[in-house]
Amino acid sequence: MSEQAVQLNRVSKKFGSVVAVNDVSLSIADGEFFSLLGPSGCGKTTTLRLIAGFELPTRGEVYIGQDLQGETPPYRRPVNTVFQNYALFPHMTISRNVGFGLEMRKLPRDEIQRRVSEALDMVQLPGMGERKPSQLSGGQQQRVALARALVNQPKVLLLDEPLGALDLKLRKAMQLELKALQHRIGITFVYVTHDQEEALTMSDRIAVMNGGRVLQIGTPEEIYERPANRFVADFIGETNFLEGQVTAGRPGEATVQVEDSLTIPVSADKAVGKRDVVTVAIRPEKISLHAEPPDDRAVAGVIEEVIYTGTDTRYLVRIGEQTIVTVRQQNVGVGEGASFLKGASIYLHWRLQSARLLTA
Amino acid sequence: MEIQPRSRRETRRLIFLIAPSLFWLLVFFLFPLVLVLAISFGQRGTYGGVEWSLSLQNYRRFFDPLYLRIFGRTLLIALTTTVICLVTGYPLAYFIATRPPRWRNGLLLLLMIPFWTNFLIRTYAWLLLLRDQGLINMLWTGGLHNALLWLSNTVPLPVWGRLLEATSTSLSLFGTNGAIIVGLVYGWLPDMVLPCYAAIERLDHSLVEAAQDLYANRVQSFLRVILPLTMSGVVAGSVLVFIPSLGAYVTPDLLGGAKSVMMGNVIYSQFMSARDYPFGAAISFVLMTVMLVGTLIYFRLGTES
Repeated sequence: MSEQAVQLNRVSKKFGSVVAVNDVSLSIADGEFFSLLGPSGCGKTTTLRLIAGFELPTRGEVYIGQDLQGETPPYRRPVNTVFQNYALFPHMTISRNVGFGLEMRKLPRDEIQRRVSEALDMVQLPGMGERKPSQLSGGQQQRVALARALVNQPKVLLLDEPLGALDLKLRKAMQLELKALQHRIGITFVYVTHDQEEALTMSDRIAVMNGGRVLQIGTPEEIYERPANRFVADFIGETNFLEGQVTAGRPGEATVQVEDSLTIPVSADKAVGKRDVVTVAIRPEKISLHAEPPDDRAVAGVIEEVIYTGTDTRYLVRIGEQTIVTVRQQNVGVGEGASFLKGASIYLHWRLQSARLLTA
Repeated sequence: MEIQPRSRRETRRLIFLIAPSLFWLLVFFLFPLVLVLAISFGQRGTYGGVEWSLSLQNYRRFFDPLYLRIFGRTLLIALTTTVICLVTGYPLAYFIATRPPRWRNGLLLLLMIPFWTNFLIRTYAWLLLLRDQGLINMLWTGGLHNALLWLSNTVPLPVWGRLLEATSTSLSLFGTNGAIIVGLVYGWLPDMVLPCYAAIERLDHSLVEAAQDLYANRVQSFLRVILPLTMSGVVAGSVLVFIPSLGAYVTPDLLGGAKSVMMGNVIYSQFMSARDYPFGAAISFVLMTVMLVGTLIYFRLGTES
């Protein structure tokens, strides 16, 4: 792994009696696109503000590069922020906004001019320099905010839900553009979002947060395919949770009794003992439906509901007495309708490693 | 879409709605103003009445060095008052506006409470504080002097002599320009704080954070972001303090004694004791013109930046 850009070492932040960030440790590599993902109030924005220096940690250490930040004020930290509402200075032109940081660092006037126009070119707003922020659309303001931060060539760029105010189409386009830009300039991005799809699309690694704690850090694939606990599995994507007791276990495979007459096969990468109470997580798209049992691990069920959602068809299938699982099938064909009808008796099948045992 | 001509009914309704304020402005503002303007071109009658004429003699008389000096002092006092109100009121407004929301109204209330008392009584209170036998001088020649006396006996140092001498006689606070300024600042401070507070409270705090994120230290973020974006409050507050200070009458009358006089007192004495209505009216008009022109220039400067 390359050099670290940001490191948090057991950082906590309290506001009065409220613990906003609770014993968070993470290390972000140089050039990485790192996302802090979680529901609102999970502490992700506070974590970002701790790196920027707008908040000082109650306990723990914040490093930027190799330097311990301590009580260093924001204006002496080698990071820049793209704010959620852009926070463009309304009384300055776009050029003055973008050049503000360089002006504060007392760079020569002609260099400021050159770098500002380069930055505006980079975010595809050439020739907009003389306008005021209020004359720009939301998407354009967002680009100006980005240019204003990047023109300073910070060690780390901090982004606080920068796409939150844009409409869906523009947001999707900006996600790819931001990712490409980050790849091109090689600056470390720390990106705060509550949108799991956004985090999965853009990030090299994601830290999933809840209640001020980091629950899991990993690549998008690791987070999605191997969630560390129930919260992560539930927050990222859609998941069927089945609770039950382990009836048989051997390395790599176990069976879990969900109901009296319903046992399901699961993979177990950690040791589980007989009679342990566990939660099994299975993603809806990992389950296939069959008219005949493909092998002896298939689970019988009855289709309760068929929901057509465009790209997919969702089936709500009852297995056992009262357990309902969601199954998603991509609509590959055109106008063929659902493969199975409501009320049909079918068999569910999944690969062993798709059914994950969660302990919490 | 085409613009529809206003219907007759709507026009009637509009006239009905503005009629009360129009009536008020005409009868209680415009008519007296024209009357005063007319009087200012007249001449004082032998027994104090007004002899109507069209002479500029009263305006010429204003440029007498005696009145110019008073006018200059009035201008200086009003400007000083405004500046002091600004440099004390703005930080106070900033402090209140940056407290947690539940504190703000309470703090503003504390600022307003003294002003529930009659203005005259509050000015009299300053008289009791500032006069030669007032509270401040009692502490100066009494408490402080005695304390110094005791100190000089306990710890002999060469500085005591000077200080003892200074505290042995009372300070002449009353009847000075300073006393008037104190009274005016006290009287008009809330008029500075409230518009500044309104502007600062409206300021998006993330802009200040953005400035600091972009390497502006506290002074720079104040000068480059906070101040320009709250200029509307500064302009409004300054005008609200400057205008009544320029026309002040009660405060200089009570705290200025006989030595210190402002234009307001000259106007008063022209109307009430000298019975020279035309000259009083002329001074009033000059003062009003100065206020109007000054305010316009100030607004222009304030909104440009």
